[in-house]
Amino acid sequence: MTARKTTARTLPLHVILVAVGAVMVVPLVYAVLSGFKSTDELSSNPFGLPDHWRTGNYTDILAGGDFWRLLGSSTLIAVGTTVLVVAASALAAFSFARFAFRGREALFTLFTMGLMFPFAVAVLPLFLLLRSLGLLDNPLGVILPQAAFGLPMTIIILRAFFREIPGELEEAATLDGCSPFGFFWRVLLPMARPALGTVSVLAVVTSWNNFMLPLLVFTDNTWWTLPIGVQQFQGQYSAEYARVFAYLVLAMVPALAFYSVAERQLVGGLTAGATKG
Amino acid sequence: MTSTFLADKRSGPGTDLPPPESVRARGRGRRRVMHWLTAVSFQLPALVLFIGMVLLPMLFALYAAFFRWGGFGMPSDYVGTDNFTQLFDNPVFLGDLWRCLVLVVLSLAFQLPFALAMAVLLNQKLRGRAVYRMLFFAPYVLSEAITGVLFSMVFAPDSGLADHIFGAVGLDGVGGLWFADPSYVMATLFLVMMWKYFGFHMMLYLAGLQSIPRELTEAALIDGAGAWQRFRNVTLPLLAPTLRISIFLSVIGSIQLFDLVWVVTQGGPDHHSETMAVTMFQYGFKRYQVGYASAISVVMFGICLVFALAYQRFVLRRDLEGATTTMRGDGK
Repeated sequence: MTARKTTARTLPLHVILVAVGAVMVVPLVYAVLSGFKSTDELSSNPFGLPDHWRTGNYTDILAGGDFWRLLGSSTLIAVGTTVLVVAASALAAFSFARFAFRGREALFTLFTMGLMFPFAVAVLPLFLLLRSLGLLDNPLGVILPQAAFGLPMTIIILRAFFREIPGELEEAATLDGCSPFGFFWRVLLPMARPALGTVSVLAVVTSWNNFMLPLLVFTDNTWWTLPIGVQQFQGQYSAEYARVFAYLVLAMVPALAFYSVAERQLVGGLTAGATKG
Repeated sequence: MTSTFLADKRSGPGTDLPPPESVRARGRGRRRVMHWLTAVSFQLPALVLFIGMVLLPMLFALYAAFFRWGGFGMPSDYVGTDNFTQLFDNPVFLGDLWRCLVLVVLSLAFQLPFALAMAVLLNQKLRGRAVYRMLFFAPYVLSEAITGVLFSMVFAPDSGLADHIFGAVGLDGVGGLWFADPSYVMATLFLVMMWKYFGFHMMLYLAGLQSIPRELTEAALIDGAGAWQRFRNVTLPLLAPTLRISIFLSVIGSIQLFDLVWVVTQGGPDHHSETMAVTMFQYGFKRYQVGYASAISVVMFGICLVFALAYQRFVLRRDLEGATTTMRGDGK
């Protein structure tokens, strides 16, 4: 009885969810299926399953070196950015959370101000700076600015986490002869693994999806990242829809795969960042 | 050894730490300097990176905005505020401001309420809600550029998925050219933005909803409040901090919108989807009017600053307590 009543009550809700879910999924499924078709078939049979599944669009891309090179440089840049931003932020957050020193409030305000300013505002002068430093066409030209712009959020999240670690631990470590850095390195960081995981996932996703900076910094294709590659591929093969779809799908796979393993950290980090920042 | 780096923990928020009795007055000055140096040395890597890659470039843009400058050598042709007066005479830039406002309004009117409705829905015990949450949020992890390419294909005139769907249900006239139609391009872009970002706001709201104690809504239920009353008078007020943050992020996102527009339309047709960032990009990197483009950067910065400060002053202050207001005591 009650079970049926609940079903009747929740049925309209399920209908809404299925409808919204369809809107979310259809473009993605459309892209995957289209990648298995020929461009001719795309116009004659836009919705249905492919007449016969051509894997050529996908395998051609995977067999060529371009896609893997993009994947490699996206990965290198994401890892470099993450290591740099997390290391620098952890040190700063430690100092903010566990030290009392003159100027701390001003400094912290300075960093939090960075949170309010979008990347697009600084990208032009940043480009000029990178050019004068000779960092164009160099992965560092993307890694350094990305890390710098990631600092505010990372510091805020880590600082909040570091503050929750009980002071007794610190006293005990100090009595055992631990220096501040020793405490940071041997006690705090191992304890902060979940928080470090969260901010790392945030940094990876942000770096992975960045478009504007790599677009400007990489004038030739040596270091292009996936988003740039997809845009260029579409420009190059604009008439061959099916190939572009296949390329798109392959470019989305790493991000979606990463999301499926790191969903909890990503959502946790975003909500923590939003509520604490 | 008395550890000075414990001072913060013991002093707690807003209090000054009385100096430990054991510390002799003579040693205290040197120790405080050492303490300060230790604390600041931990800040150095972040500080250098932040100053070098964020603050200095922004200050330089502020300087360059007062010059006519092609971007090579140092700016020398000082033009005063000419760049700014020209900017506010430029119909494209004024259009950028208008379109930014349109996106903010659309977002407040449709995206955020929709995200809230979905959050409320998925906060209930429904079969498969974990799957829906994951699905609705998934587009957030896709690059805006890749999303743009995907939807430029979905909304391709005549051959795209959208036209086929509308054609199949007998609405051939709707949309039509989509991104290529001056009067539909912003609406279409907004649909894509909503597809990509509503899940993010939904996740924020879900986190907020889950922090509301169940007793409160149950108490209201016992008092005879209907579903709408419970939502309006219990849930919504308690969700206010989350809503404010989400509105803030949405506005900042609209101000800096670039990737999606650049990939899909480059601001076209005929500037009808151009944003401030796109205009800045066009002048700075395509026409080499770097001084003028710097002025656009400065105005964007100014808008962000004014908005952020006003928002913080009037709206956010309560929510951010404890996050941005740090302790006053500096452990003397």
